Amino acid sequence: MSNNQLLENEDKLETSMGKAYLCERVVMRGKDLHHELGGYDWLKFYLFSITGREFSDAQLTILNFFWVATSYPDSSIWPNHVAALSGSARSTASLSLSAGMAVSEASVYGRRPDRKALDFFYRTGAALKNGEMLEKFVENELKERKRIYGYGRPLASIDERIPHTLSLLRELGLDKDFHLNIALDVYRYLKKTRGLSMNIAALYSAVAADIGLTPEEYQQFMTPAFIAGMVPCYQDARDRPEGSFFPVRCENIVYSGQAPRVW
Amino acid sequence: MSGKYVYQSSIWKEEPEADNPFAARVSYCRGYDVYGDVLKKASWFEYIYLMFAGDKPSTQQAMLLEKLAIALANPGPREASVRAAMNSGVAGSRNAASLMAALAVGAGQYGGGHEVFISVNAWETLGTDLDAWKQFLTNPNQGYEEDIWLPIEHAPGFDPNGESCPLPLKQTLEHLAEISSGNTLRWLLEQRETLEAHVGYPLAMSGIAAAAFHDLGIGSHQASMLHLMLRLPGAAAHALEQRELGWKTFPYYGDSITLKNDPGFRDAPDVSEFNL
Repeated sequence: MSNNQLLENEDKLETSMGKAYLCERVVMRGKDLHHELGGYDWLKFYLFSITGREFSDAQLTILNFFWVATSYPDSSIWPNHVAALSGSARSTASLSLSAGMAVSEASVYGRRPDRKALDFFYRTGAALKNGEMLEKFVENELKERKRIYGYGRPLASIDERIPHTLSLLRELGLDKDFHLNIALDVYRYLKKTRGLSMNIAALYSAVAADIGLTPEEYQQFMTPAFIAGMVPCYQDARDRPEGSFFPVRCENIVYSGQAPRVW
Repeated sequence: MSGKYVYQSSIWKEEPEADNPFAARVSYCRGYDVYGDVLKKASWFEYIYLMFAGDKPSTQQAMLLEKLAIALANPGPREASVRAAMNSGVAGSRNAASLMAALAVGAGQYGGGHEVFISVNAWETLGTDLDAWKQFLTNPNQGYEEDIWLPIEHAPGFDPNGESCPLPLKQTLEHLAEISSGNTLRWLLEQRETLEAHVGYPLAMSGIAAAAFHDLGIGSHQASMLHLMLRLPGAAAHALEQRELGWKTFPYYGDSITLKNDPGFRDAPDVSEFNL
């Protein structure tokens, strides 16, 4: 390689994504933002900005539910805790919410499991279409990768979102879709063989697979998913006395390191 | 112990003031009294090394970390993380936002923290085995699984947009190799041209940083964090400079962006009755 890529792109960006002709008009993915997209609901618009595609009303309803149903206004939840600490330290609203959103790209919850679970369902679906047995695929997955994202939950055994999500999927006529039923079959198998539970990452990712979102698109869609839960936590901490959000005593740092020593 | 919740730490210990359980009278870092002892005797880089590596560094290690920090401190205003910070500063965004912008951009796999993370892991696995390095650099995504990090698009630690190794990088590598007590930087100095010929493009600063962190005995997560932190001074200084200079002298790239799918101009709604 060489610097050719830099030379070719210096002072030039040709794109199909969009442009703001300031004081005149704005184009996103080939559509006039105000004339053609101005009437969209924001979620439909956000999905268009991510994918350039349109989604059915049923798909938009369930994807909207993902965001609503994962917005828990509980400041013990890690991203919310960050937003609350920020409020308690009297940082600004935007910094606080951005920090909460950034930490949502976590490994034990949030964006990394989202992507890995979605990838699992695409690979499982492809294997089943090739005639592979589900049980064999799951066992192989556990042998090679040690875990299946979406099964087992770090802090609780029952995911309260699951009955509501399944009920809405049934109401919307999306409950017979291919990847969703793989998710349920995997759960039944893992529950029977290992006593594992299913968490919402499995269900949501399976639905995302049925909708046809790629892992990258799905991560982009889910990035702000917790934000409505963060806001009340930020506000609550901000409105209390400074620094009073779960204050920690000196002695509540439990030390296990080197004994006292002199430099 | 009062209070229901505790944090576990092998880094930090505090003894409270007699009149306030929430105020520390003495704070220990890795066993050293920070304000009674370290403050008077240690340099900043000795203290930083202690925090991340767990023990007081040798004179050579502290010197290597400090010199690496100088090399990393300001990638300059052309570099993406610094540009991100300047974009924040020029419009009067919060100072924290400028650093957050620099961190997000500087976390990436092209010259950023994750590239250092990948490279330090490679040093830990491959050591100074030239053939193993050639194999790794040819196919750095072996065993890749779906992740928030996309597959890396170039040989980690090297610059796919480079022509030859720039002088500042050669100067940095030579100096760090000279003062390091480890053999990673020295080996990289000796093998640089061989490795560059193999991958087809030159060494990058992220590659030098990774080798230095490995010589310092610092692991991949710690190295990634330090790389993110040590590049912030330049981002901060340039963000503040642009804040002072103002947006009128700052590049605005709109003229250079052209659409391949422009739907064309349409008249705005008629709002003449508002007498705007």
